[in-house]
Amino acid sequence: MAELTYRDAVIRGIAQEMSRDPDVVFLGEDVAKAGGVFKATVGLYEQFGPLRVRDTPISEQAILGAAMGAAMTGLKPIAEIMFSDFFAVCFDYIANEFPKSRYMSNGQVKCPLVVRTGNGAGSRFGAQHSQSVENWCMMIPGLKVVAPSNPRDVIGLLAASVRDPDPVIFLEHKSLYPTKGEVPDGEIVDTLGTAKVLRSGKDATICALALMVPRALEAAEKLKAKHGIDCEVVDVRSLVPLDTQTILGSVARTHRLFTVEENPRLCGWGAEIVSIVADEAFYDLDGPPVRITTPHIPLPAADILEDIVLPTPDRIAETVRRSLQS
Amino acid sequence: MATAKDRAQAKAGSGLNDDIGEQKRLELYRTQVVLREAEQRAYDLFLQNLVKGTSHLSLGQEAVAAGFAGAMKPGDLSFCTYRGHAHTLARGVPVEKVLGELMQRDNGLMRGKGGSMHLTSVDHGVMGSYAIIGAHLPIACGAAWRAQYKGDKDVSVCFFGDGTTNIGAFHEALNFAAVWKLPVIFVCENNLYMEYTPIGDVTAVPQPAADRASAYGLERILIDGNDADVVYRAAQIAFDKARAGEGPSLIECLTYRQSGHSRADPAKYRPEGELDRWKLRDPIKIYRERLLQFGVAERVIADIDAQVRKVVDDATEACKAAPPPPLDIIATDVYADGGWAWRN
Repeated sequence: MAELTYRDAVIRGIAQEMSRDPDVVFLGEDVAKAGGVFKATVGLYEQFGPLRVRDTPISEQAILGAAMGAAMTGLKPIAEIMFSDFFAVCFDYIANEFPKSRYMSNGQVKCPLVVRTGNGAGSRFGAQHSQSVENWCMMIPGLKVVAPSNPRDVIGLLAASVRDPDPVIFLEHKSLYPTKGEVPDGEIVDTLGTAKVLRSGKDATICALALMVPRALEAAEKLKAKHGIDCEVVDVRSLVPLDTQTILGSVARTHRLFTVEENPRLCGWGAEIVSIVADEAFYDLDGPPVRITTPHIPLPAADILEDIVLPTPDRIAETVRRSLQS
Repeated sequence: MATAKDRAQAKAGSGLNDDIGEQKRLELYRTQVVLREAEQRAYDLFLQNLVKGTSHLSLGQEAVAAGFAGAMKPGDLSFCTYRGHAHTLARGVPVEKVLGELMQRDNGLMRGKGGSMHLTSVDHGVMGSYAIIGAHLPIACGAAWRAQYKGDKDVSVCFFGDGTTNIGAFHEALNFAAVWKLPVIFVCENNLYMEYTPIGDVTAVPQPAADRASAYGLERILIDGNDADVVYRAAQIAFDKARAGEGPSLIECLTYRQSGHSRADPAKYRPEGELDRWKLRDPIKIYRERLLQFGVAERVIADIDAQVRKVVDDATEACKAAPPPPLDIIATDVYADGGWAWRN
């Protein structure tokens, strides 16, 4: 067991898979000699060499297209798109190419690749370098979408993504890179499509993803300490496949559902979860499901503004308290 | 238009000589006739509402597909656009499989799940037909990267039209392939029209691909795309270069789309007389004369024509008799487990 940052867990996760399988290759902008703009790939170039860890031009379409061509013909590429906002300039591959090639070819074409990207707000970078784009990806049949909240999950879910035969969008949260967590020694391999109950409780279920997970846990502690409200916190971890059974099971115990989403409100993943719970567990509910999200606005750059728009532990706690006590 | 030097380069490879040999020439001829007959049939079937959706024909461009396919080795990979019937057939995919897909029957190449714009036959090295302009140039780079990384000797060939040279992915891929020295060949079929618009009206340079080559440190290669011998020779040079680890080539093939852009487009945007002038340089007409010049008997040529017509006739009847795809394939192969489950 060792304490590791989320950033170092990315390095260890990639290294674990590259050590295991020579067909795992890695490409992206500034990822090799420079060690990544977030220093999340430091040392990989030195460890695995210039044939396996490759710097690319600023050409996001070339990066994702090349990853796909390599995946179709036998490699297991990991491609980095520096900021998830840049998905917009290479979305053809994410929306049209990776996820549809298998279906359109009646199963002839395979596309086993991972796109890693820096997602989410908190860095005061403004509206084009801070977005949470998980919903852009979740809506596309054929993709898998993963977003870890802690160092151990980074390694385990990254390993599962690399070993998965389908295209996986792997969303690393930029604000989590410096955070630390306990990580066991040795190989770690997790399972896609599994949510985790991180805190048990009887009064309400709070579903959260990535940076919102530690915030939901902090809110739960405040609710317990100040108001005696006992919340269960579910780390959704994987939007596709979605572990609805863990969420439905939790709601069956607590009878209330809250989602905490960093994305702007419309068409957020929480809406899908609320819809599933309303369809399949309506009579388990003692009150309306509530979504806690960033408002439907572009993200502002200034710290004082950005801090207000993202769901905070206080806003989560206050929303849950008001809803349960009304 | 092409400069005098371009015309000289374009003609240089077309001189009579026997470097190609009769067996290869008969193969190149047969391939072109297969493409012509199958695509003409596809057009007729479209007018009968038996080919559904859309269809993009390469009538008049057969020499490009035949010349490159003739120079490929087993294991070489083709990446095509939605105008991909010809390149798919040229790799030896049966006519029935292609027409079946166009007719949306269960005997189609992808059982009707892809349609005319996405013809794919991995077993034949046809790694897909891509309907988003430019998308497949980076993908071909990736396949070439795999060959380079693993020490495989196959080459990836990426076919596209003149219109593709104005989209970003073209430029990203050319730079990427040149910097990484990838074994990939980019083949621009300049058929003079970007859908309905003359390519010259929307492009800053006269030769949309060849005039961009220098920007990526590549040789300017502009050839007569209506002469299968010229194409075949240019392809061989590019394959040799790629297999020797000397990097990518960009080849602009001057040709002409005798058909409309898609479906039953009558192509009324052409200037009067243009189609007739190009029909004088029809690739199959040129090649039939070439065979005669090399002493191939008219009877041999007529036999090939008749054999191909029978193949296409038989394929047409088989497709007409084939059932539509069964409903139980609607949700198969979304994910690698064969199904479509996104939740538990």
